[in-house]
Amino acid sequence: MDTPSLTRADVVHVAVLARLALTDEEVDVFTVQLAAVLEHAADVAALDTEGVPPTAHPLPLVNVLRDDEVRPCLDRDEVLAAAPAAEGGRFKVPRILGEAP
Amino acid sequence: MTALEIAADVRAGRRSARSVVEAHLEAIAAREPELHAFNLVLHADALGEADVIDRRVAAGDDPGPLAGVPVAVKDNLATRGIPTTCGSRILNGWRPPYDATVVIRLRAAGAVVIGKTNMDEFAMGSSTENSAFGPTRNPHDPSRVPGGSSGGSAAAVAAGFAPLALGSDTGGSIRQPAALCGVVGMKPTYGVVSRYGLVAFASSLDQIGPFAATVADAAALLEAIGGHDPLDSTSIAGPPPRVSGVLGDGVEGLRVGVVRELTGGLDPDVSARLVEAAAALAGEGAKVDEASVPSVGLGLSAYYLIATAEASSNLARYDGVRYGLRVDADDVTAMYGATRAAGFGAEVKRRIMLGTYALSAGYYDAYYGQAQRVRTLLIRDFEAAYAQFDLLLSATSPTTAFPLGAKSDDPLAMYLSDVCTIPSNLAGHPAVSVPFGTGDGGMPVGIQLYAPALGEPTLFRAAAALERSAPR
Repeated sequence: MDTPSLTRADVVHVAVLARLALTDEEVDVFTVQLAAVLEHAADVAALDTEGVPPTAHPLPLVNVLRDDEVRPCLDRDEVLAAAPAAEGGRFKVPRILGEAP
Repeated sequence: MTALEIAADVRAGRRSARSVVEAHLEAIAAREPELHAFNLVLHADALGEADVIDRRVAAGDDPGPLAGVPVAVKDNLATRGIPTTCGSRILNGWRPPYDATVVIRLRAAGAVVIGKTNMDEFAMGSSTENSAFGPTRNPHDPSRVPGGSSGGSAAAVAAGFAPLALGSDTGGSIRQPAALCGVVGMKPTYGVVSRYGLVAFASSLDQIGPFAATVADAAALLEAIGGHDPLDSTSIAGPPPRVSGVLGDGVEGLRVGVVRELTGGLDPDVSARLVEAAAALAGEGAKVDEASVPSVGLGLSAYYLIATAEASSNLARYDGVRYGLRVDADDVTAMYGATRAAGFGAEVKRRIMLGTYALSAGYYDAYYGQAQRVRTLLIRDFEAAYAQFDLLLSATSPTTAFPLGAKSDDPLAMYLSDVCTIPSNLAGHPAVSVPFGTGDGGMPVGIQLYAPALGEPTLFRAAAALERSAPR
């Protein structure tokens, strides 16, 4: 498979996807460093793996179910005490949607 | 004193747990300012736990197989009400509302948590230089790194701060620092130890395991923390592997294969110790030959695609909403970006970027999908090798401990120090690093034994034999 070289624009785009506000300098450094790692990974990308199934996990996983019964859970006040902002028993976040018209 | 000697004395009432903890706190006071093995030393809590152990012994109770033994716990294992930072600014000050299963099991075995150990941020690194709180130094030569990412745990055991420590191993983060610090470090079969309360890096690779000065102590710690846990859906059913009872069984007749593909690129001293270790096992009656795991060389690339892809997803949770740092901004998207930019260090950002790229539209098949197929090839190669051998053998790390700063600016060079440890994580197999002589500058060398899934009893048998035959 082809492995196009990494561009500065790719790094800027990926930073948006990853919700990382990078500085211009970080973008420059990461463009060089990530390209080097991807170049090393060209052996994997170029390999003929026709007919080889992917492995996502070392164990044959099955769903783990339990009876739907009430059990103790984390203490809400203890959890909210760790939050940067909380109000009325809930996590508080900055504005998500624009003002109503 | 070993952990087992301490526990025997405390259980018999010959020595108080308080005096044990006090002695270790004194060792910490003497060298911790120089080494920085800990992010937090739990002076008062540890003495309080020790007093409870002593009262139980006085009342005729048995506090358990690790009674009064101080254990240093990596700072990515949740401890209720006690700061758990993962070596990151983004979790600085966070106090978990629950204990990791391994921490509960340590206390149930009578052990005393003496502190939280320093680590590469979110376990991403091979030198412990990526901690937001400064590097840990190698007790054998403080100008050198202890390895990583569990460098604080390895250094704590090597410096005598605690006879036992817990680490986590995603690509070698227990075994490589154990080798560089001259202690025993073991990664169990995936699923043998519960990951509940282990802050996730790469969930299909992460596994908690023991550090100790001796193989017997590591075996006792594994037995204390292992076994099924309903709180981890990837936990294997059944009791922990029984390994303490087989340590004296020797290696007579065991077939041990030296992994041919991992004999190149080693420091000359490391290479010499590997040859001597193979000869030592042969001298004890093992049938030692050369083994081949052809795709092992692809492991490094596959690992850095899979681990970073999983990390990019796992670390999405650090968004400034439920815990940890928040950098305020006008809207929530800007808040995410600013919080994560301020909270994560360079290596974590680099890996999130690499993983996000490997998963992004247009590149998924070429990178992440291919890496998953290489994982299958590697597992098949191990299966073929284990048809001929009971155990495999290699060096743990291509080099001894390197000077601080030597690889800081070259991520790829740093990643290459994990080339021998990564394959076991991709396969989910157990492996152990045993100290075996020294190399460059008198620094410790570690030799690694590998076994197939749930092969811990054979692995520990051979590790004990290797320990007995190691140069003094």
